[in-house]
Amino acid sequence: MEPVTLTVNGATRRLFVPPQRTLLETVREDLGLTGTKHGCELGECGACTVLIDGVPILSCLTLTVNATDCEIVTIEGIGSMTEPHPLQRSFGEHGAAQCGYCTPAMILTAKALLDRDPNPSEETIAEAIAGNMCRCTGYLSILSAVAAVTEENQ
Amino acid sequence: MRSEPHLGIVGRAAPRVDALAQATGRVKYLDDLSYSGMLHGKILRSTEAHARIVAVDTSAAKALPGVHGILTGEDLPVAFGLLPVSQDEHALAVDKVRHIGDPIAAVAAEHPDIAQRAMELIEVTYESLPVVTTMTEAVETTEEPIHGDGPRNNRDREISLEFGDVDAGFDIAYHIREDVFFYQGNNHAALEAHGALGVVEDDGRLHVFSSTQVPHYLHRILAKVLEMPESRIRVTATPTGGGFGAKTDVFSHELVAGQMALITGRPVKFVLTREEVFYAHRGRHPVLMWVKTGFTSDGRITAMSFRTFIDGGAYGSYGAASLLYTGQLQTITYRIPAYRFEGVRLFTNKPACGPKRGHGTPQPRFGLEVHLDKAADDLGLDPVTIRKRNLVSPNTVTVNHLRITSCGLTECIDRVVADSGYLDKRRHLPQGHGIGFAIGAYMSGAGLPIYFNDMPQSEVMIKVDRGGGVTVYSMAADCGQGSTTMLATVVGEALGLDPSDLVVITADTDLTPVDLGSYSSRVTFMAGNAALEAALKLTDLVLTAIADELDIDQDAVEIGHGVVVAGDREIPWAEAARIAEARWGLLVTTGTYKPPKDIKGDYRGAGVGPSPAYSYSACVADVKCDPETGHVSVERVWLAHDVGRAINPLLVRGQIEGSVHMALGEVLMEEQTFRGALHSGPSLLDYKIPTVLEMPRVESIIVESIDAEGPFGAKEVGQGPLLPVIPAVVNAVHDALGIRLDAIPLRPDKVLAALDDLERGGPGRYGPTDLPDYTFRSPLRVDPPPEAVTV
Repeated sequence: MEPVTLTVNGATRRLFVPPQRTLLETVREDLGLTGTKHGCELGECGACTVLIDGVPILSCLTLTVNATDCEIVTIEGIGSMTEPHPLQRSFGEHGAAQCGYCTPAMILTAKALLDRDPNPSEETIAEAIAGNMCRCTGYLSILSAVAAVTEENQ
Repeated sequence: MRSEPHLGIVGRAAPRVDALAQATGRVKYLDDLSYSGMLHGKILRSTEAHARIVAVDTSAAKALPGVHGILTGEDLPVAFGLLPVSQDEHALAVDKVRHIGDPIAAVAAEHPDIAQRAMELIEVTYESLPVVTTMTEAVETTEEPIHGDGPRNNRDREISLEFGDVDAGFDIAYHIREDVFFYQGNNHAALEAHGALGVVEDDGRLHVFSSTQVPHYLHRILAKVLEMPESRIRVTATPTGGGFGAKTDVFSHELVAGQMALITGRPVKFVLTREEVFYAHRGRHPVLMWVKTGFTSDGRITAMSFRTFIDGGAYGSYGAASLLYTGQLQTITYRIPAYRFEGVRLFTNKPACGPKRGHGTPQPRFGLEVHLDKAADDLGLDPVTIRKRNLVSPNTVTVNHLRITSCGLTECIDRVVADSGYLDKRRHLPQGHGIGFAIGAYMSGAGLPIYFNDMPQSEVMIKVDRGGGVTVYSMAADCGQGSTTMLATVVGEALGLDPSDLVVITADTDLTPVDLGSYSSRVTFMAGNAALEAALKLTDLVLTAIADELDIDQDAVEIGHGVVVAGDREIPWAEAARIAEARWGLLVTTGTYKPPKDIKGDYRGAGVGPSPAYSYSACVADVKCDPETGHVSVERVWLAHDVGRAINPLLVRGQIEGSVHMALGEVLMEEQTFRGALHSGPSLLDYKIPTVLEMPRVESIIVESIDAEGPFGAKEVGQGPLLPVIPAVVNAVHDALGIRLDAIPLRPDKVLAALDDLERGGPGRYGPTDLPDYTFRSPLRVDPPPEAVTV
């Protein structure tokens, strides 16, 4: 077991984890934050995306020990049912989630984009989410949902 | 049943009722459930494609600390299968394995790593058997059939039907055309892998949670295989992280999770890996097909003969139905006066195929629509004209006894053709740029239940509490298509309540009345009708009570937004509900839906194809093809869909766009292929699905034909819009490069091969030419219904 210190959604967490434990396992199983999904466990689908120091990262390919001292944000950390993030509201309004399985990762990826570029073009949004698979929507409603919360559209 | 919406709740583009729960990560999918003391299950799968199991030695695995349960085939000996005619599977292999990935043993342990280690300690002794991987081999091989033995060989199902006088139809034809096509198989690739969790509850009953689209069928099959009464089992379908048909069958892991919980006394969870999902499969059947059609000189169809060979993989699954679907629905778009359909489903040593969005119909629809495009060329007609000369009319009966009611096909065609400028662009775009057109149709629910009985296919219950809160109970499983929102909207419209204010309890065999499941696009039509009936009964109770209370005529009382309107008085809903409860007692109403009985013929095979209503679609696709690389990209798609009535246009558009996405994957890149019997790439890295960068602009056009029997006039939208996209793209590639690709997906190597053929003076075609050497039995001759148009 290795000691690690993580900041998860603003709270400092001190844990002992086996060295091979992935951040996906830590977030879901040790911390109970099941909003982060596993779709393939091989870095192919993007459903496990979390933000590490503001950058979207595949948590299934990240060892928890390598995330020590990093700031991690999961879907639970950006908004709630009563105070949703504008992206979370926008996804519903635009029908950007159907089964909802890719949605948390998609929203986090979009948030990271908007945090560094508040007015991305549609092409930029598409490039940003190109690593996140969605099997239900055909992506178009996702592009609309993100475009609706750019700075100039707010 | 139908009713007129007047409050604007039906027809409003509103978010799903669970939108915020989804977007905040609160929705609990199967793998998000956990219990204290829960064990983790793993399934050991076959490394052989076809072998007798000589021995399975689990002793070393059993001795591993942390292992609590091991199961092999002999522990669950009862055969099962979703269709009554295909009871050919076991929870874990008994006697034989039939494909690489076939389940052999299961382990439950304290930790997934221990379960993994235990699996590695299980020793399986195989005796290899001859392996069959192609349909030709399946037809030719006589030694060691995959199932059973004797003259059936590797033939699973065969059908041979003739409606009307096909030879006479060909005799009077001015032009006859024949084509051969191949449609490669593919996987659903829902983002959530399948999973199940078994728990023995405090009352000793078994509770199985599963990521399933069909909790009712899982309930039945658990009872059968575990040899327990259904009353001792509870099934809860968790919100499904994508279905598309992948989760409409019952799988090894679901049965094993239940049994493992019973033998260990502890909760046990199984979640498949992505690789296992490709072995569990039940995806699109590879179909080789031949079509021959006779036409008059002005393009009217005189007769059609359609033959399909479908590669079923190792088990029956839904295949008996899939086979019939490859032949039965050609007649619901075109008036075919004489029709012959011959088809055979063959077993091969590969993962079993089954139902995927469009179940058995995208393959023949691709063949038929490309065939008609070619026939139009032969006859000097444009592709729109040849289709319009053959369209079915509303309120008619087809030659194979299917009842057509509402049909917005003409409007769908006119809208996409006009909006895209198809007729002006066709043959006038620059080389490498093309435009294509096709149509399609699908069922709003299978007209017959899988287990024949006279009970309703869908039942809904509504209860009102003393605060006026309304709870709707239905077994319909939301696989992302929005069935929960649909139920809330239909009931909301009838009661004047906002859908998000209703509580909808779904997909739980203890709590909810039966709905057969989320397959065949049946839920809006069937559960929607049941919900509407229950809601209208409740409305009637409330309005009568208010009229009695105020001593006024019931006609003077009606439902308003959140109120009951009685003359100039507005009584808040909660108060009205209290008055009604005082008048009637507990406010509970029920509704049921059973399709009409007269929508089917009376012949063997007539059970597949009938539906209480058909949806219709038309598509135009604009594509660019690079003649140097063979790469095809779709630039824009126009898709018009007759949904009857859009109960929620936002969700309808979502189904159209999602269907276009899935169709583009199938036509451009997706294929479940094998090296021998070994899957070519059971991962999402190797199995490519379109990303956002491959997705074109989609112009979704909603056509509303207001079906006389649909809830508020609604029909399906979940599957139909996929169908015309595939042939529209293939036809567009012909317009772009002058080549005919009769095999999909349109990989660049096929495009280049066809271009090469063109350059050498050939027809510029890529595709199959031969069919397996197989003799169909002589067809069962069925008289067309008297009202059908015949030769």
